[in-house]
Amino acid sequence: MEAKQTNWRNGLVWTWSLAVVAFLYLPSVCLLLASLTDSRYFTFPITKWGLSWWAKTFNSLEIHALFKTSISIALCVTVISVVIALFGALAFARYEWKGRSIYQKIVLLPIFFPQSVLGLALLLWFNALGLDLSWKSAVFAHLVWIVPVVTLVISIQVYSFDPALEEAAYDLGATRWQVFREVTLPVLFPGIFSGMLFAFLLSWGNFPLSLFTTGADTTIPEYLYAKMVAGYTPGVPVLGTVNTFGAAFLLLGGYGLILWWRRSRIGDSKE
Amino acid sequence: MAMLRQPGPRNAIPLMLLMLVGFAAPLLAVIGFSLVPARSFSLWQMPTLENYAGVFSGTNYISFVYSLVFAALTVIVLAVVCYPVALGLVRVFGKWSMFMSLLFTIPLFVSENVRLYGWVLFFIKNGVLLGTLKTIGIEPESWLFTQSIILFGMVYVYLPFMLFPMTLGISMVPKETRDAAFDLGATRWQVFREVDLPLSMPGITIGFLLSFVLAVGAIAEAKVLGGQRIIPVTHDIEIAFTYAQNWPMGSALSVLLMLVVGVLVLVVLRRFDLDTILGKK
Repeated sequence: MEAKQTNWRNGLVWTWSLAVVAFLYLPSVCLLLASLTDSRYFTFPITKWGLSWWAKTFNSLEIHALFKTSISIALCVTVISVVIALFGALAFARYEWKGRSIYQKIVLLPIFFPQSVLGLALLLWFNALGLDLSWKSAVFAHLVWIVPVVTLVISIQVYSFDPALEEAAYDLGATRWQVFREVTLPVLFPGIFSGMLFAFLLSWGNFPLSLFTTGADTTIPEYLYAKMVAGYTPGVPVLGTVNTFGAAFLLLGGYGLILWWRRSRIGDSKE
Repeated sequence: MAMLRQPGPRNAIPLMLLMLVGFAAPLLAVIGFSLVPARSFSLWQMPTLENYAGVFSGTNYISFVYSLVFAALTVIVLAVVCYPVALGLVRVFGKWSMFMSLLFTIPLFVSENVRLYGWVLFFIKNGVLLGTLKTIGIEPESWLFTQSIILFGMVYVYLPFMLFPMTLGISMVPKETRDAAFDLGATRWQVFREVDLPLSMPGITIGFLLSFVLAVGAIAEAKVLGGQRIIPVTHDIEIAFTYAQNWPMGSALSVLLMLVVGVLVLVVLRRFDLDTILGKK
């Protein structure tokens, strides 16, 4: 009787959760459908299927420039944020020090903050400093929000890190740099790798911060927004679909890599 | 300076510098701009409070109320929608749990405009929903450009921000405590109210806080789905900075929004020890 009830309840939880998943992905399916039509305007059921808008979008020089801007920003943000966040996470989770709990809360503040307001604040600040806005100022703006996120992601890994490993290396006569390179970095690698994925994807998809801080340069989310507001083109669903599948591919692939890496390490230590 | 010789503070330096130059200073710039006379573009003038007076004497406070009410409604709906899913992620899905979490994570990385636009294609006239209904002879009005679809869009966009902290909270409830309560004869409802809820409260509260704060700053839902049926405060701020070219007014609105958010975050976060929530043993 009890088991039957539990089964029934679990079934309900599964059904509900799968419905929520469907709810999350339904818009992406609509985008995919809309990108597969050859007509200028989207009507459903689709009468003329085709890939012509995919070809047009990928051959457009304007889109190439947008891709270049978005990728440059995302790559710079990834590299810089992982370096700052790695040290930030060690201070967050590894070491005991006076002021650490205040520091932890300061790190959280930009995450708990409306991004559009942060973008505007940065715009005012750049303006007060007399800086020219370009994709480089957008890199800085993204960092303010992404470094705290990546710090949290790496911190979770740092929490499960055993400081005795580092101490043992010191006892065996390793220098500080050797300990960092041969003990700390490899042990924290899965966290650093997830941090990199987060940084890249969050920067790639960011709209509110880019909107106010890119100046004359345009990122893909900004372009899509302008097109959505000003006039439909089937290029919007094409780019939207590319973004969704790109993110899914990177994340699933990334986690697959981490799992594989962990498994092979366990294999090594058994030998 | 002796402090900087410790490893903790030394590792914190780069991040703290970034927060100083990239977060504290810009916020000070906003506060500064909110105190200069309307329609000026330079900080170095006699301070005045006229912009704040303008917010409350004009119509801007209405959009402020809208933003707060919609954010609160979003949080309530999300709590109901996410709780069973979070429960599933912790207790039901077993080896599928990791994969399910990934499925809930992926949409976070696609720009919210893009995903909302997918809903436009779904709900628009001759779109996926209405086009399908048309083939079987039903032609209802489109749901787009109403107030309720703005709430729908906000629930959609902020779902992961409620779900993940909630999952973290529920995973903090030890199985032994629940079993013990059952063994002592507690009913399901009693266990939920007296064991599950209090012990998972840190995570749940953070979920509430995070989704509320982000929803107060929402702007795309009203623009993309709502056809500007509702003007949220963030839209007013954007207008002040762009078309109206009234930076001081936009700054005053931003400062008020920052005050609401800041006070809320500080009050709630003060009560929690982040080490226990994030998994230090």
